[in-house]
Amino acid sequence: MDVIIENLPIYWDGFLRTLYLSVVSGVIALVLGTLIAAARVSPVAALRGFSTVYVEILRNTPLTIAFFFAAVVLPRLGVTFEQFEVAAIIALSTYTSAFIAEAVRSGVNSVPVGQAEAARSIGMKFGQVLGLIILPQALRTVIPPMINILIALVKNSSVAGAFYVLELFGHGRQLANANGDQVMAVLLGVAFFYLLLTVPLGILASTVERKVAIAR
Amino acid sequence: MTTYVPGDALVSLNAVNKHYGQLHVLKDIDLHVRKGEVVVVIGPSGSGKSTLCRAINRLETIESGTIKIDGKVLPEEGKALAQLRADVGMVFQSFNLFAHKTILENVTLGPIKVKGMPKAKADQEAMALLERVGVGHQAPKLPAQLSGGQQQRVAIARALAMKPKVMLFDEPTSALDPEMINEVLDVMVQLAKEGMTMIVVTHEMGFARKAADRVVFMSDGQIVEDATPEEFFTNPKSDRAKDFLSKLLTH
Repeated sequence: MDVIIENLPIYWDGFLRTLYLSVVSGVIALVLGTLIAAARVSPVAALRGFSTVYVEILRNTPLTIAFFFAAVVLPRLGVTFEQFEVAAIIALSTYTSAFIAEAVRSGVNSVPVGQAEAARSIGMKFGQVLGLIILPQALRTVIPPMINILIALVKNSSVAGAFYVLELFGHGRQLANANGDQVMAVLLGVAFFYLLLTVPLGILASTVERKVAIAR
Repeated sequence: MTTYVPGDALVSLNAVNKHYGQLHVLKDIDLHVRKGEVVVVIGPSGSGKSTLCRAINRLETIESGTIKIDGKVLPEEGKALAQLRADVGMVFQSFNLFAHKTILENVTLGPIKVKGMPKAKADQEAMALLERVGVGHQAPKLPAQLSGGQQQRVAIARALAMKPKVMLFDEPTSALDPEMINEVLDVMVQLAKEGMTMIVVTHEMGFARKAADRVVFMSDGQIVEDATPEEFFTNPKSDRAKDFLSKLLTH
């Protein structure tokens, strides 16, 4: 276990980078996913078509492909970044947004249709019906699945370690290589720091769920 | 039957048709409702009366014919439709109060977001409306904390807050416990007395007798009779109406 104590600053550095990747990608994914979900239920056929294709492609291909695309293909198309972190954020946030979009969509479908009818009947436009009536109710019902997706995002960010981003897993790999005799301890340390992020998320989920439940 | 000048009508339907798959649910409907008139639509289940009511603010689309509100043809979609709907109040069978908003917010949301009314003024008007329907003291609560009758009265206040030209009621008391029906009907009778133009789909014959100017009887997607309550209840002309009324009176 000494290896963990000795390398605590490295672990901490990796932890912070994982946190950074997760928070930035998470926020982008939440916004993007909600917009994609709105497009999926919109009355405009072109928006529905685009968002369906977007969701189906990202949701049904491995995350590694999204990473390759962001880190290798995008630069060849002329989109270059100073750091691989940016590519990691692009891959993680687009990939996660597809799952967020599906969760939000299921939440939208769970809101009784009468809510939208009542909103329309007092003269609200599509955007207002969605933004003021449907989404506020839908988002509350999808908080538990949403947090599951965010937990998956924290863990998925480890793929960035394979793309030269020294986050928790990337550092862990280097430490394991340098301390061949203590691989077990190194990895336990990595797992511990992941748990430090994901367990509180789970607790947050159940607290928020109880607080925002809507009585019908 | 009374005669009407269609040009006078606040709500006018001309040759309206709608199908649900094979079912011809609205057959060549002509209906003209003048300002201040209270029209009660009755008929057996599945006769198309709810669909008729919902078509008037285009919650149901129609396949042919025209629907005009205050001389304007109902727009197909978008901003113009939203604007027109703001002039048509709707009260649903299942209340449909916004579950995540307080009673007060339910009533102020339309005036603030659709009409751009300042919040203070909207709050003040909403409180007056809630008092009028007898639920002023419930303003800070959420819909689920109220009884069905109270929720439906709030729903009426929410519709009235938009100062509509006409109010549509789609079976407003059908989901209520018997002892709560009257508190809702009282509000509606009061509204009728104040001169609101109303189209009411209901099974409450007492309300029809008391408040209606005209009773429209629908069966199988058609308007079979259109008469004063007096005429309709004492001397129905069609066999279908006679049959319907006789079934109501047997218990």
